[in-house]
Amino acid sequence: MTHNDNAEDILAIAATWKAAGEDVAIATVVETWGSSPRPAGSRLAITKSGKLAGSVSGGCIEGAVADAARQSMASGAPQLLDFGISDERAWEVGLSCGGKVKVFVEPLS
Amino acid sequence: MKGATLARLQAERAAKRPAVLLTRLSDGAQMLWPGDDMPEALVEASKAALGSEEAGNVTLGDETWFIHPHNPPLRIIVVGAVHIAQAMAPMAAPLGFAMVVVDPRRAFASEERLPGVTLSTDWPDEAMAALAPDARTAVVTLTHDPKLDDPALDAALKSEAFYIGALGSRRTHAKRVARLTELGHNAEAMGRIHAPVGLNIEAITAPEIALSIMAEIVAARRGAALGAVRPIPGVAA
Repeated sequence: MTHNDNAEDILAIAATWKAAGEDVAIATVVETWGSSPRPAGSRLAITKSGKLAGSVSGGCIEGAVADAARQSMASGAPQLLDFGISDERAWEVGLSCGGKVKVFVEPLS
Repeated sequence: MKGATLARLQAERAAKRPAVLLTRLSDGAQMLWPGDDMPEALVEASKAALGSEEAGNVTLGDETWFIHPHNPPLRIIVVGAVHIAQAMAPMAAPLGFAMVVVDPRRAFASEERLPGVTLSTDWPDEAMAALAPDARTAVVTLTHDPKLDDPALDAALKSEAFYIGALGSRRTHAKRVARLTELGHNAEAMGRIHAPVGLNIEAITAPEIALSIMAEIVAARRGAALGAVRPIPGVAA
């Protein structure tokens, strides 16, 4: 696991949810600037039914990422999301830590 | 991510083999290294990512690929299923370490005393040969018994273990150094052994000693420069 920063195996959880018949998406931090709380490689697994495992921030952007994940599950297309203080959305979602982060969201097919 | 790609990646991880997941950010296309054919630049980026353990982006022409390394877990081999090992066990997993406890004394090495920990009741020389410590392994001896500790230290010193620690006082350690020297280990090898084991936090209880050992292992893994004492605010030197 990258950085071994978390004992939780997010991919295993995602696979288990998928096997149980859930719609699942995986979000991964792919780039960070400044004081982002989670390093590149950090993952969040999301189900359409609302389950979350892992994290891509200190909790500030998980809600917005989950919304995007549900879009990706519906469309089947991945998305590259940008969060940061230069971005209007960052204020909406409250990335108050002053960092910037790019998150890749992909449905598990 | 395709289910098949996820299954392949999980199989590599389950087999404790290093693997890199490469994702093209424009469309989500994915490859695994080793395994899939890819341009040399991406192979090099994959190897570099496994070495640095850092995920990041590489641009190839007008394509950006996210290079995500998955190294096998770090390991801690503890010799001696003693009270300190019991206190280390619940700290190891959250810090990213798989812990193995070696103790041929079956009364100590029991599932009951160490739930969820991989146990070996082989003699330490045999156990170490089977476990084959590598550069992602820490070895800690806790038994105080040269019959058990010395063979483990001997094997650890012959390996690339990134951390070797041995419980015992300075006097105990001096005797240990003499014995290991007789086995053919030189002064440089002796310098690899952290003894007395653990950061000096004036630990007394088993959980405190476990904390000091785990902190020293993390410091070794992260390459922290230790030794400088931080001044305590408000206390005159």
